[in-house]
Formats: sequence, C-alpha cells, structure tokens
Amino acid sequence: MPGRGDRGGRGKPKDARGTLRRILRYLAQYRGVVFALLLCAFASNIGSLLGPSFAGKAIGEAEAGPGNVDFQRVFYYAGWMLFAYLGSNLLSFLVNQGMMRVSRHVARKMRSDVFDKLMALPVQYFDRNQAGDIISRVSYDVDVVSTSLSTDVVQILTSVVTVAGSFVMMCVVSPPLVVCMLVTIPLSVLYTRTMGKRTRPKYSRRSAAYGHMNGFVEEMFSGQKTILAYAHEDAVCDEFSEINRDAARAYRDADSLGMTMGPTIGMISNLGLSLIGLLGAVFYLKRIVDLSQISTFVLYSRKFSGPINEIANIINEIYSALAAAERVFQLLDHPEEAADLYGAEALTEPEGHVEAEHVSFGYLPGKPVLHDLDLEAKPGQTVAIVGHTGAGKTTVINLLMRFYDVDAGRICTDGKDIRTLQRRSLRRAYAMVLQDTWLFRGTVFENIAYGKENATMDEVVAAAKAARIHSYIVRLPQGYQTVISEDGGNISKGQKQLLTIARAMLYDTRMLILDEATSNVDTHTEQQVQRAMRELMRGKTCFVIAHRLSTIQNADRILVMDHGDVVEQGTHEELMARRGAYYKLYASQFE
Amino acid sequence: MKLILHTMGRYRNSILLVMAVKLLGTLSELMLPYILEHLIDHVVPLGRMDRVILWGSLMILAAVVTRQLNVLANRRAVENAHNISYDVRQALFRKTVNLSGARFDAFGLPSLISRMTSDSYNVQSCVQSIQTMCIRAPIMLFGGIAVALTMDAHMALVMCVMAPVLILVCVTVSRKGIPLYNRVQEKLDRVVLIMREAITGIRVVKALSKEKYEKERFAAANNDMAASDIRASTIMAIPGPAMQMSLNIGLTAVVVLGAYRVNAGLMLPGVILAFLTYFNMIMMGVMGLNRVFMMLSKASASANRIASVLEAEEGQAVLPAEACPAPAGEGFIRFEHVSFSYGESTAVSHEAFAGSGREKCLDDISFTLNKGESLGIIGSTGAGKTTIVNLLMRFYDADQGAVFVDGRDVRSMDKDALHRRFGVVFQSDTVFNDSLRRNIDFGRGLEEADIQNAVADSMAAEFIGELEEGLDYTADIKGANLSGGQKQRLLIARALAGDPEILILDDSSSALDYKTDAALRRAIFARHRDAAILMIAQRVSSVQSMTNILVLEDGRCIGYGSHEALLQSCPTYREIYETQMGSLS
Repeated sequence: MPGRGDRGGRGKPKDARGTLRRILRYLAQYRGVVFALLLCAFASNIGSLLGPSFAGKAIGEAEAGPGNVDFQRVFYYAGWMLFAYLGSNLLSFLVNQGMMRVSRHVARKMRSDVFDKLMALPVQYFDRNQAGDIISRVSYDVDVVSTSLSTDVVQILTSVVTVAGSFVMMCVVSPPLVVCMLVTIPLSVLYTRTMGKRTRPKYSRRSAAYGHMNGFVEEMFSGQKTILAYAHEDAVCDEFSEINRDAARAYRDADSLGMTMGPTIGMISNLGLSLIGLLGAVFYLKRIVDLSQISTFVLYSRKFSGPINEIANIINEIYSALAAAERVFQLLDHPEEAADLYGAEALTEPEGHVEAEHVSFGYLPGKPVLHDLDLEAKPGQTVAIVGHTGAGKTTVINLLMRFYDVDAGRICTDGKDIRTLQRRSLRRAYAMVLQDTWLFRGTVFENIAYGKENATMDEVVAAAKAARIHSYIVRLPQGYQTVISEDGGNISKGQKQLLTIARAMLYDTRMLILDEATSNVDTHTEQQVQRAMRELMRGKTCFVIAHRLSTIQNADRILVMDHGDVVEQGTHEELMARRGAYYKLYASQFE
Repeated sequence: MKLILHTMGRYRNSILLVMAVKLLGTLSELMLPYILEHLIDHVVPLGRMDRVILWGSLMILAAVVTRQLNVLANRRAVENAHNISYDVRQALFRKTVNLSGARFDAFGLPSLISRMTSDSYNVQSCVQSIQTMCIRAPIMLFGGIAVALTMDAHMALVMCVMAPVLILVCVTVSRKGIPLYNRVQEKLDRVVLIMREAITGIRVVKALSKEKYEKERFAAANNDMAASDIRASTIMAIPGPAMQMSLNIGLTAVVVLGAYRVNAGLMLPGVILAFLTYFNMIMMGVMGLNRVFMMLSKASASANRIASVLEAEEGQAVLPAEACPAPAGEGFIRFEHVSFSYGESTAVSHEAFAGSGREKCLDDISFTLNKGESLGIIGSTGAGKTTIVNLLMRFYDADQGAVFVDGRDVRSMDKDALHRRFGVVFQSDTVFNDSLRRNIDFGRGLEEADIQNAVADSMAAEFIGELEEGLDYTADIKGANLSGGQKQRLLIARALAGDPEILILDDSSSALDYKTDAALRRAIFARHRDAAILMIAQRVSSVQSMTNILVLEDGRCIGYGSHEALLQSCPTYREIYETQMGSLS
C-alpha cells in the first residue's frame, strides 16, 4: 500500500523474560490465593496418581479367582479409590474456578491500568495512534493473556507434578528402563527451545497485524458515510482485503508452525515408548525385569508423556500471550505527560493574567508552526486570534493549556511559567469550547454537568437556558434525562455545540477558550449565543478564535497571525486604521 | 451457529480432508498401545529378539506416521480456519460499509467495530480447533464403548447408563452458556464504547481534569464486564469436573462389579484391567467433546452477533421503477412533499435516544433544482438542513413523499450509480490516514489534471504547495496534522475532483475565512457551471448568489426563492441577513 501510513508496531526483538515477569507481577497481588490453588492442584494431582494404584489393589484382590474374592478388601480399596478420584476432581474443580477468577481479575486490572495510563498520556499520543489499535490492546490482547493465565498456570503445575510423580514411580518400578527417558527428555527440551525461538517472532507479528487491521476497521467504519457517498465501498473492501489477508497470513504462519509442535512432541514420546518396548524385551531376556514391571512402567511412562504433549500446546499459548502482553506493556511503558516539576505550585484562584514570550513550537522537529510569538492578556481582557486557516491559531490553544510544551520561550499565567504549575490546576483554570464538539453516551444532564462535580439540576437548566438549548432539550422524549448516543448520534453538530457551550457555562472559571466555538451555530442561533457568551465572558480572560470578524470586534486585543507569526496586534480600530493585514482580512468579508 | 456451519460448508472438501487425515492419524496413534501390548504380552515371552525388533520397528514407524499425519491435518486445519475467518471478516466488512444510515445507527459504531474484531476472532479460533478436535473425541468415545461392549457387555452397561447423563449435562450447560456469553460481549461493547469516547474526547477530558471521573466510569463498566465474564465462565466450568466425577464413580463401579463377576466365574481378572484402560479412553473422549461444546457455545454467541449484521435487511432495497411514483414535473432534482423523522423503526435499544421519537425532522418539503442552478439552504441549528442531504443521497428513506434525481425516484436507483453522480462534503467529514492525493482521488482513478484543478479550485493549492511532499504528504489519522481549514479545503477538493453532476457542500467552509470562502465559490461556479449545486451554510453571504434559497425552520420550509425575493417575502431571512450584514457595517 504505497502512501498508507504505518499503523501498529512491527515485531522488534522482544524481551520475553521481562514480559513474563511483569505478568507474574500482576499475579503477585493474588499470591495467597494462587499459592493455595497451586497446593490444591498439587493435592488433586496426588489424588489422581493414587487412584490407579488403589484400583490396581482392588483388582489384585479380585485375582484370587472365582469364589475366593475377599469382598471386604475389594470394597475397602474401591472406597479409597473413589475417595482419591472424587477428591482429586473436586479439588481440580476448585482450582479451575479459582484460577479463572484470578485471571479475570488480572485482565480487569490490566484493562484498568491501560485506561488509567491512557488518561495520563500526552494528547500527542492520541493525535498519533489509531483508536482502533489502542482498543484492540484492551479487548483482544488482554483477553489472550487472561485466557492463557486461567488455564496455563495450573496446567504447567499439574504437568510438573504429574511428570515428577511419574518419574519417581518409574524409578521405583525399574531404574534400568529409565534409561529410555534419558533419550526422550533432552530431545523434547531441545526441540521446544528451538521451536520457541522460531515461533515467538511470528506470534508478535500476528498481534501486530491484528492491531493494524483493527485500526483500519475503526477508521473506515468511522468514515462510512463518506465512503458510501463516493461509491468507494468496493475500493475500501479491496484495500481491507489486503489487510485482512495479511492478518490471516500472519495468523496462519504463526499457527501452522505452532501446530507442528504438538504432533512432534507426541512422536518423541511415542518413540520413547517404542524404546521401552525394545529395551524392555532385552532386559526381560537378560532377566533384569519381569513382565509386570514392564507393564507398570509403560503405564507410568504414558502418564509421564501425557503432560509433555500438553506442554507443547501450552507453550504455544504462552507465546501468543507473551506477544499480546508485550503490546499491552508497550502502551503502559509509553512516556506519560511529564510529571509536574518538583514543588510545582497549584494555580489557585487565578487572576487570569496570561503572557507568552518568544514562544516557538512545532509538532514535528524541524517543522515550526509558531515562531517567536508574543502575547499578553490582562485579567478580564479578551484576546482574539484571527488569521488565515492554518496560521497556527489552534496551536496557541494547545500551548496555553499545556497539551503540548513550548520548544522555546515561555508562557506565564499570573506571572508564573506554566511549566512550574501543576498541570491539573492550570487546565482547571480554563473553560473551553473546542472546534470538535465532544459528547459521550449519557444523559443530557450528565453531558452538561460534566465539568462541574455535584452540579444541581437548577444549575444545569440555567446553563442550558443561557446557551439557548433549554427549549430544545425539554422537547426531547425524556428532557434532561434523555440519553445521548455515542458521538452525539442524531443530534446535529450545531446542537452538540450548544450543549458544549452549556457545559462551559456551567463550569465557572477565570479563563475561557473559544476555539471557533460558534462556527457551527448558524447566525440566527449565534445571535442568541453571542448575548449569552458575552455574559459568560464578562470578567474572564478570554481567548477567542473566530473567523467572523464581527464576533470579535469588541476584543481588547486582536492578534493577526500568518504562517506562525503574529503580523499585527491591536484593537479593532487601531488595526483598521493601520490598513494592513487585518484590514484586508476584514474587507474580504464584503467581497 | 448457522453462520459457522455455513462458512465451513464452503470449505467442505478441505475440511473433510482434514478430518480424514486426522482420522488416519488418530487410528495410527491408537495402534501404538496395541502394538506395545502385543509386544510385551505375546512377543517378549517368546524370547525371540528378531520378532521383538520387527514389532519395535513397527512402533517406530507408527509413531513417525502419526506425527506426519497430524502435522498435515493441523496445517490444513489452520489454513482452513484462516480462509474462513478471512471470508467472514471480508463479508462483515463489506456488509458494514454498505449498511444504510438507519441500520448503522441501530447497531452503533463501537458495537460494529467489536463485532468485526473480537467476535470474528472468537469464531476463528473455534473453527480452527473444532476441525481437529471433533474427530479425536468421538473416536475415543465410541471406539472405547464399542470395544468395551465386545469385551463384556454387562460391564459396558455401566457406561451406557452414564453416557446419556453426561451428554445431557453437556447440552444444557452449553444452552445456558450462549446467552451468558452474549451478555459478556455486550458488556465488552460498553467497555469499548467508553474507551473510544475517552480517546476521542481526550482534550476535553484533560481540560476539565476529568481523568479521575473517566477512570471511574471505565472501572465501573470494566468491573461489570469482568463480573459477567466470571459468571459465564463459572457455569461453563461445571460440565468438565461433573463428567470426570461421574466417570470416576463409574470406574469404581466397574471395579466392584468386575470383582463380583470374577467371583462368580464369569470373567477373568485381566479384563477388569483392560476395561479400566478403555474407560480412560472413553473419559478422554467425553472430555474432548465437552471442550468442543464449550468452544462452540462461546463462539456461537459471537457468531450470532456477526450473523445479525450479515443478515440485517438491506433496509433499502432498490425498488423496481414501476413501484415508484413518477415525478409530478420537470427538474433534475425534485423533492415532492417530503416528510421524515429519524430512528423510528430502527431503535434496537430500549433506551430513549435523543433523536428517536422526535417530532418530524422534515415536514412537507418540496423544491426543484436543475443542472446549472444552485440551491442554498439556510436555517437555524436542527432545522433539518443536513437531513435534506441524507434523503437526497438515500442514506435514509423519506417517510412520506418522494425524492427524484434525473426524473427517477432515488429508491429505484442503484446505490452506487446514484452516489457516483454526487460530489459531497459532509458537516464533519473524514480525512483518511493516507496521502493527500489518495484522499482526493479516493479510489476513483482520476486524471492528474482533474486533481490539480480540484486542488486549485478548492483553494487547497496554497497550503499543499507549501508542503515539501506536496500531494504525497500523508495525512494523519482523521487529518490530525492538518488544521480545520486545511481539512475542509482538502475535502472540497475531493468533492470537486470527480466533476460531479451534483455538488453538495454541507457547512463545509465554516473554518475558512471570508476571502478564501468567496474565492472558493467563484472558482466552483466558474468550473462547474453545469452541475446542480446544493450549499448548506450559515452565512447569508455564502448563499446569496444562489439561484434559489430554501429557508428552513423546525423542518418546515418558511421561505423559498432568490435572495432578493426572500428579502421581500421572508421576515426570518431578512432578519438573518440584517444581523449578519449589520454587524459588519
């Protein structure tokens, strides 16, 4: 796909051991429970190992032949047999339930951690990464880890117990025959290790391909209407087909390699079995072992190889879980918004005096968007920023609220460099209405009250009235309790904007940012909003970005920006008198 | 569930091949213990080394053959699974992209996304394992039962008592499990929804320092999901141990019964031992089947969610021309007494959404627009301006009245053929993560000259010229590396580039300054003289030069005519005009 941006990371050399350790750290919180469950699993295994021997004893009693069976003893052993089996089953039920719960809680914790992390990441991260890819880490990757935890931990333990137990029993039954195991065990270990090296990168690639696909799906589904409007469905489907194919291939490559492990390990243990048969025959002929010893040895060697076959499957699952966990941890390791400086002050009761001195900034290194910006807003003043589109107006807002940090120069609020202030307190000092309105799925009331904790109905209604959206709201099926669907559903952009204005109205601050806030409200509505807005702006330091110059004529200071530079500053009258860039911009309205 | 079987049906032969190979593999695997038994019980006592080596070699051969067959079957199964999941995803993607507006709203974007991702993954892993597992387990189960029956029918009866009980447990639990897993997926939708909201609204969240609130909101949904996941998994974890227990009880019963029969001289003690081996085999078979059931019930919840999208009615079938009314008059675009309201028949959720059950969004709207003419639509927020576009392009169907393009009811036109006539910029349109050129071309394979003209006319040439890469500059996701105005100009270029018969600009120059806006309009009228132009705007200055202007208020037309005529006849229009112009003088 030429030109397509690269989504999702590609498989780099990964640190499997580190990832494993971090997963175990999640388990550590439940270490008591996990430990108890492992003990239960151990006991359960012992039970299932003892069961056959009781069964054997009971059968042994029956060997007395017709009429001579001592039923008391048969029942005695049968009783123990039942006890051992049922106890083992009960315990393993307990263990499965317990581990399932632990793993779901770990998954829950991971999802929460990811989300908490997202809240701490700089805005830049979201400008760069597909929502779909991020979400895929939460839904798919965490799920893989959780599934693996719920089964694999216990499996490994029970396997170890069974293998060890069987090995001991084999040694007891016939040490000479154990020689066979000296061939198969190292072979299995060696094979698993080499395969592991080959499969791990494929599993990483698989997770990455999946994230890539999810990112694409998210983007295309979000733009579905546009795609339809341009009859572009087929082209998008073709493009998806490639991405889909790529994901399917990545899956196939990983899985088909992984799926050879089981049968191969199975073969190795079957070869071991053949060896036992052959060697057993030799030893029998040499009178080293007798037939019943061979039989019992075979029984235990089966028990021994069963889990080893399983381990091959488990290892596959663990690899895919590790790859998934890595993607989760990658996100968790992303640098957060730099912590507030040590001793950073809280901005309490701000006066609203904002200054920018010689500020330079670019989103990408070497591509400055603002150069040497100077700006001052005294408390209560309104500063309007105008200029052609792309002149860097929105960037100013990003810097004032510290969504991004300046490259050079400094921005001060109340005379303090904002980098020395607690970010939270700085942001809370601003109310804002942004270009992109944002509503969430919740009632109208919740959406308006979003900025203010414990807002009362009266306050919300007052804010809605001030934003001239009250009469619209009461006409909704359930008034203020009407649920707004995700992304604002069927509410028009203008109505959304009014709701966000109401939100800002309720959120009483000393500083206000209006980023093209009224550009989607038609002029008729805007007239009403303007009146309310003036009310809202009174006594506040305001930064207004608007295209209709009519809305900012009363500003105390107007900044005219062009290509990242402030080309003119002054009041409307001053700038008009100067007959420069502002004058031209103003005059162009009448063309 | 049907979906899984149906898609598997397409690869029937290949799947049958997997099963056949797996069958051979399993048989050869099951032969191994027999050979070993024979070797130990019959060959070794003879003391003939050559025989021993012969049988031993046979075992080794069987081991190798088993491995080869199993690897072959597994690879093939993986291949099938990924072909199937590719097909399912492709079908789902195609369907989703083609969903009508009403259907799309009904499912909701986050839910559609999670159906595409997590649900399709569940189906895929199920299809992969089911192919290999559903061979081995039945062979073990039925083979074991068959052998046991031939050995000693009385003892085998114990198993025959247990088998139906086990199957019953299996079936009931998996029945119960499906709805539970459905609920888990719904809860997952909610988790994804909140996550998406927080991601898209990150600036607002941060500006209002609502991180903590969002975390709590997420935690609640997350806990809720974990709880229902645990509930579903708890129920589903019952059959396994329940089966093991009853089988173990059966095992004990076999031992005791065996002892009686030996005592009565009906059976040799060795048979009991052999019986235990088969009992184990049967147990493995039952456990395997149980796993198949578990997997199926988890996957079928997901498969049903996918199927409900795939099976969703198109909603908007192309009607035969006879079924549609004929236009009552001339006109390239005609709206005849059109009324419409959103979200009536489509409400899937019982919650009261804003917009559902709302009063009419459009009420008895009629107008005509010819080629070479232009129509401006102006009106307050929520007056129904965008709805006119939605109906004209048939994203939704009118409740009453009819919409005609080129003398035909839009409902009788092929969707793509209809859409190809348009160049459109929506209110909040999408810039894709792709080069600017590809964003403009948008898969239409346009001539370079057309693209260059569009770039010039949309006033995008200015900023694109300043980019080092020019048109090959890659726009970030949702155009995050472009300003609002740059995005709008790029989108307008996309609309213009196809030289459409109908050009729609829905409030799409709001981020442009007056000068750029005016120049844009001049360029469009100069080059697209023959197109029918429909422009939705808030500024009178944007629409005053249009042939006709439609003034909307609460879905009703309160004025229609030229700028001059409306100044005379429509008080609302005059008021808007005066407030806008007044503020400038």
